[in-house]
Amino acid sequence: MPAISMKVNGQVVTGEVEARTLLVDFLRSNLGLTGTHVGCDTSQCGACVVHVDGRAVKSCTALAIACDGASVTTIEGLARNGTLHPMQEAFREHHGLQCGFCTPGMIMSAIDTVNRRGKTLDEATIRHELEGNICRCTGYQNIVAAVQAGAAKM
Amino acid sequence: MENFAYHRPASVADAVAAMKKAKDGKFMSGGMTLLPTVKQGLAAPSDVIDLTGLKNSGISVSGSSVTVKAGTTHVDVATDKGIRQVVPALSALALSIGDPAVRNRGTIGGSISNNDPAADYPAACLGLGATIHTSDRKLAAGEFFTGMFTTALKPAEVVTAVEFPVPAKAGYAKFPNPASRYAMVGVFVAKLKDGSVRVAVTGAGPAVFRVPAMEAALARDFSAKALAGVTVDAKTLNTDMHASATYRAHLIGVMAKRAVEVAK
Repeated sequence: MPAISMKVNGQVVTGEVEARTLLVDFLRSNLGLTGTHVGCDTSQCGACVVHVDGRAVKSCTALAIACDGASVTTIEGLARNGTLHPMQEAFREHHGLQCGFCTPGMIMSAIDTVNRRGKTLDEATIRHELEGNICRCTGYQNIVAAVQAGAAKM
Repeated sequence: MENFAYHRPASVADAVAAMKKAKDGKFMSGGMTLLPTVKQGLAAPSDVIDLTGLKNSGISVSGSSVTVKAGTTHVDVATDKGIRQVVPALSALALSIGDPAVRNRGTIGGSISNNDPAADYPAACLGLGATIHTSDRKLAAGEFFTGMFTTALKPAEVVTAVEFPVPAKAGYAKFPNPASRYAMVGVFVAKLKDGSVRVAVTGAGPAVFRVPAMEAALARDFSAKALAGVTVDAKTLNTDMHASATYRAHLIGVMAKRAVEVAK
C-alpha cells in the first residue's frame, strides 16, 4: 500500500493507505480523530468538513493519498491549551447545536467563511455560506447567531 | 468503492501517457463528481490520474479575453477581481456552483470535461462562445459539448484552459435544485462586442444548447420584454423527479428574462 505523510493539526503523521481511502477514513480510522463526522457520505451534508491547506473541504469527497504532503486542520486542532477557539465558544454560548452531530463541520465551514470574507458577516452571507452544511435537529437560527458572534471574536 | 491505481503526474505529457497506459483510466481534477460516482459504484476506473499535480491554475484578464487555466477552482473564479470587472456574470455563476467546500475544490476543467447536463460552466462557455484549449488543440465551445456527459475530448486528451471573450454585457440566472444546487434550468445570455447575442441553456436538455429564436429577439432589442412570447419546444427537454419537460420549457423563458435583467 502507498505510504503517505501529512501534517494534521500541526503534527506530522504518516500511514499506509489504499488509493481509494478517503481522507475522512484516514482521519477517523488511522488517526483516531473521530471529531470529523460522516453524515451523508454523498458530499451534501458537510459534517465531514476539515481544512486542507487552509481551505474547507468535504473530507468524505477527497482521497487521503491526494492529500499527501498537505496540511490538514480538524475540529480537534482548534482549541489552544484547553481554551476553545472563539467559534467553538460562540456555538456553546449561543446554543448553536442540539445533538451536535453537524457541529464540527459547521464550525470548520464557519471559520473558512471568516478566512475568506472577514469578521463582519451579515445574516444573508452566513446562510449562503452554510449551504453545504445541513442540521437535521432544529432550525439554523442559533447556528447563524453563533457564526456571527464567533466571527466577530476571531 | 473499488480500488484503483493512483497517479499524480507533474506534466500534461505524463498525464496523457498515464492515461494511454491505463486499461480504463479516468482523469480527476477536484474530484467533486468523480469521487461520488465511484463511491456509488457507478464507475470503477482501473486508474485515477489526478491532475492537481499539474499545478495548472490561474487567471489572466486582458481587455478582450479572460483565460482561466483548467485547474482553477470555482472559488478562485468567483473572487477574482479582474473577472468581476469585465465579466461579472462569470463571477456570479461560479459563486452559485454547489457550496463553499465544493467551490474550494472543484475546477473549471473538471466541470466542463464532465459536461453534466445540469452543470453551470457549460452555459457560460457556450453563452460567451469560449474557446477550450486542450493538450492537443483548441475547440469552440459549440464543438466541445457534444451530448449528455460527453464532449469532443479524445480518451487521452486533457483540457488545459478556457478562454472567454469579454462581452459587452452578460447575465446568468438559474433555478437551482434546492438540495444539490445544480441547475434545474440555467440560462446564460451575452451580448458580444460585435453586437451578436448568444443564449445558452443548461439543466433542461441532455446537454447545454443555444436558443436561436431568443438570440434573434435579443439581437433586435436586448431587453426582457423582447423575449415575451418566445417559447422553447418541450419535446427535447428532460423530465425527471424534479421537473417535467413542460415546466422546464417554462422556466427557460423565466430564467432568460431574469438573465437579461441582471446582465451587465
